[in-house]
Amino acid sequence: MSRQIRRIGVVLALMLVALLVNITIIQVVLARDYRERPGNQRLLLAEYDRERGPILVGANPVAKSVETGNTLRYLRTYDDGPLYAPITGFYSLIYGATGLERTENRVLTGKSDLFFVDRMSQLFAGRQPVGGAVTTTIDAAAQVAAFKGLQGKVGAVVAIEPATGRILASVQSPSFDPNLLTSQDPETIRAYYEELKDDPTKPLLNRPIVALNPPGSTFKLVTAAAALASGLYTADSILPGPATYRLPLSTSELKNWNRRECGPDGKVTLEQALAISCNTAFAWLGVQLGDEALRRQAQLMGFDKSFQIPLKAATSRFPDELDAPQTALSAIGQFDVRATALQMAMVGAAIGNNGVTMEPYLVQEVRGPDLAILQTTEPTQFETAMTPLNAAQLTEMMVNVVENGTGSNAQISGVRVAGKTGTAETDNERPAVAWFVAFAPAQSPRVAVAVVIEESGATEISGNGLAAPIAREVMKAVLR
Amino acid sequence: MSGSEPQTVRRQPSRRGAELLLLICAWALGVLGTLQVGWSTGEGTPSRLWITVAVVGVLALAMHLVVRWKARYADPILLPVATLLTILGLVMIYRIDVAAAQRAERNSAPEPTPDVYAQLTWFAIAVVLFLAVLILVQDHRRLQRYTYSFGLLGLILLVLPLAPIIGTTVNGATLWVRIGGFSFQPAEAAKILLTLFFAGYLVVKRDSLALVRTKFLGLGFPQVRDLGPLVIAWAVSLGVLVFERDLGTSLLFFGLFITMLYIATQRRSWLIIGSLFFAIGAYLAYQLFEHVHNRVTVWLDPWAYADTTGYQIVQSLYGFANGGIMGAGLGQGFPTFVPFANTDFIVAAIGEELGLAGMFALLMLYAVLIERGLRTAVSVRDSFGQLLAAGLSITLALQVFVIIGGVTRLIPLTGLTTPFLSYGGSSLVANWVIVALLIRISDRARRPDVQQLDIDDALTQVVRRV
Repeated sequence: MSRQIRRIGVVLALMLVALLVNITIIQVVLARDYRERPGNQRLLLAEYDRERGPILVGANPVAKSVETGNTLRYLRTYDDGPLYAPITGFYSLIYGATGLERTENRVLTGKSDLFFVDRMSQLFAGRQPVGGAVTTTIDAAAQVAAFKGLQGKVGAVVAIEPATGRILASVQSPSFDPNLLTSQDPETIRAYYEELKDDPTKPLLNRPIVALNPPGSTFKLVTAAAALASGLYTADSILPGPATYRLPLSTSELKNWNRRECGPDGKVTLEQALAISCNTAFAWLGVQLGDEALRRQAQLMGFDKSFQIPLKAATSRFPDELDAPQTALSAIGQFDVRATALQMAMVGAAIGNNGVTMEPYLVQEVRGPDLAILQTTEPTQFETAMTPLNAAQLTEMMVNVVENGTGSNAQISGVRVAGKTGTAETDNERPAVAWFVAFAPAQSPRVAVAVVIEESGATEISGNGLAAPIAREVMKAVLR
Repeated sequence: MSGSEPQTVRRQPSRRGAELLLLICAWALGVLGTLQVGWSTGEGTPSRLWITVAVVGVLALAMHLVVRWKARYADPILLPVATLLTILGLVMIYRIDVAAAQRAERNSAPEPTPDVYAQLTWFAIAVVLFLAVLILVQDHRRLQRYTYSFGLLGLILLVLPLAPIIGTTVNGATLWVRIGGFSFQPAEAAKILLTLFFAGYLVVKRDSLALVRTKFLGLGFPQVRDLGPLVIAWAVSLGVLVFERDLGTSLLFFGLFITMLYIATQRRSWLIIGSLFFAIGAYLAYQLFEHVHNRVTVWLDPWAYADTTGYQIVQSLYGFANGGIMGAGLGQGFPTFVPFANTDFIVAAIGEELGLAGMFALLMLYAVLIERGLRTAVSVRDSFGQLLAAGLSITLALQVFVIIGGVTRLIPLTGLTTPFLSYGGSSLVANWVIVALLIRISDRARRPDVQQLDIDDALTQVVRRV
């Protein structure tokens, strides 16, 4: 029997090894992932006990820790909470953290490897680590302008500095007040969170970077860029622009928004087609270029890729494997094309930046507890989406949209503004989505902006009417 | 004179001194641990510290002295390891008491009753039983006489929670018996009685159970009518699972029975047949019983049920993750986030506060305890003692694997106590009785029954000591 007992002993030893391996995997390999899971309150509780670094807009802390004097020593407060909520996110005892509070947690808690030297000295002194500061790329004036413009509507605004990819504004409506989620009273937090969760307008959704909508006519910028890139078309090329366009291989007909021909004899130049947002001409153009060319152009501008800014943005999509009628619809930003406000701002920014798409980013600098700069984000080129010549040509076409075409509400006196309107059908249940994409000054833009309005209560839905004025105010705020 | 006196006995070292030294180390670790909990949680030096550590010290010393007296040659590692595990349990239970009290204070709730003093009382009762076993059972072989009484009593205890009035259902599982104000889990006692029964029964029946009637794939298989005992054990295990909803106990009994059957008969075919029965039982249970099905579903994807049925296991994993390699430090974690932190999930609290390092140390303690038990089984001469020591060690091992595997999501979670650590009297007392039996058997195994011959003095006659 001894042999059998020894064999059982070997099996028991193997079971022990299985336990050890499994525990090692949990405590070493998966530990970080588990620790940072949104439902895990442990880090939060531990962190209530130490001062968490601020999140700064310029020199102004929009999220900071204040001492309370009770058992939970620090309280996280947000000045202008709803204004900056899509950027800061919240930091809740019960629901974990979102936004920069989540992605920059290691900096804010002082646990990042950047603080190695500080931490060593803290360790010897037996002190808790002190949090570092995160400076955002946000321009307060642009943020406020966008926030004011969106009041009473459902939508989002993203503004980008075209030359760098710095995000100057990221605003949503409706928003929420992170102060109520970080309070030290669990009942308040729960009640408010439940209210937000049940709200059909989804205030907790980070609309600027996560909400996907069909981009509608603003996607004609991508189609126009693909046309110029093909070498077969210029701004002056004559395209067919009839009142209706029968989709290839199909009996469905595509109409222009005003049901009229886009030009005399149903002919129109590419420039004019963009200015009046001629659906039939762009649908035809899309079919001529083919879905592959459209997709490549879209991808060079950031479609089909998820950006971490460092908040995780939704992937804007240009659909795979399109037949001719689907290609026609996709060329005017319908069918299954979906984009975030961030994505459409990137399209505008790429055109304004001589055709170069920059990686968007939200964190300018990381500072130590002593405010010394420890890390600065360097602008990174994502792709070259257009040649400088084509970009300049498309910019002129966009200036024409604002000065002579559908984008008149974006005009700023003394500044040449390039823009494009859009109105997209989603489904019959919901109202159409209004878009405006613009940048200014046209020659060397300091700001590119995308505005999307999902609901406004207005009966007349147009990009020029609803979205362009907001874009104008945001650009004015940056240029001022 | 002294040089010429014939040396008839070269005393085998009893190693009792080493045992005492290890016990003192275990006790000192407990004192340090308690102090660390008090200081790091801001409670200061625990008010009843010196009484508590004095009681623990006296209990440990009493056990040591009785072992010295009644089981002089017993394995010197068993007692200190079991004591250290118990002390670690006491420290963690105290730690969780502190956390619960602080939490209640924050929520302005009334302060909960601390569990550590109850556990200390149970430890004292366990020690009394430990001493009783060592003093009353002078020779473990005598236990074989009561094989069927143990079997019957074990079976009765197993079904006792189903009895009307005294049986109690707690958290969905019917495994408690409440008489007056006193409640206990009879399965804990049943596990020892049934191990005694299995050992006594299999020693007698193993020859017929080992008979080979059919050969298949190079393995000898028993004849069908010899499947009887296996079928009964299987049915009882399933009965426990179905009627008492006690997954852990069910698993433990069946696993124990087939491994003991294999050891007794030396036939691998029993392991294969047993595994087959296990697979059938597991499949049926999964298909038919919602509580089993739920456990498996939660095991496969706890994150999907993080707020409901998966809450415990998810919180447990968060605890382990928070601990990391070195642990948050005693008193620095959040053990109360895990429900049942001081019973089923006490290991999660250890993983959080003592980290991977602590978990390795803990598992090594169990490994040493079980290895010593198996070594005792291998070295004792009588078959009953071999089977009994092996069975008791395997009980411990299976229980450790099932509960720690469960709270770390290696296997589906089943409710079992963690031997020596978990808050709860029945379990602590039962496990100390197991240690007492192992010490009793190891004393027999290591006792020098043949006096060493002095080679220089061939005249000395061989003396048998029994």
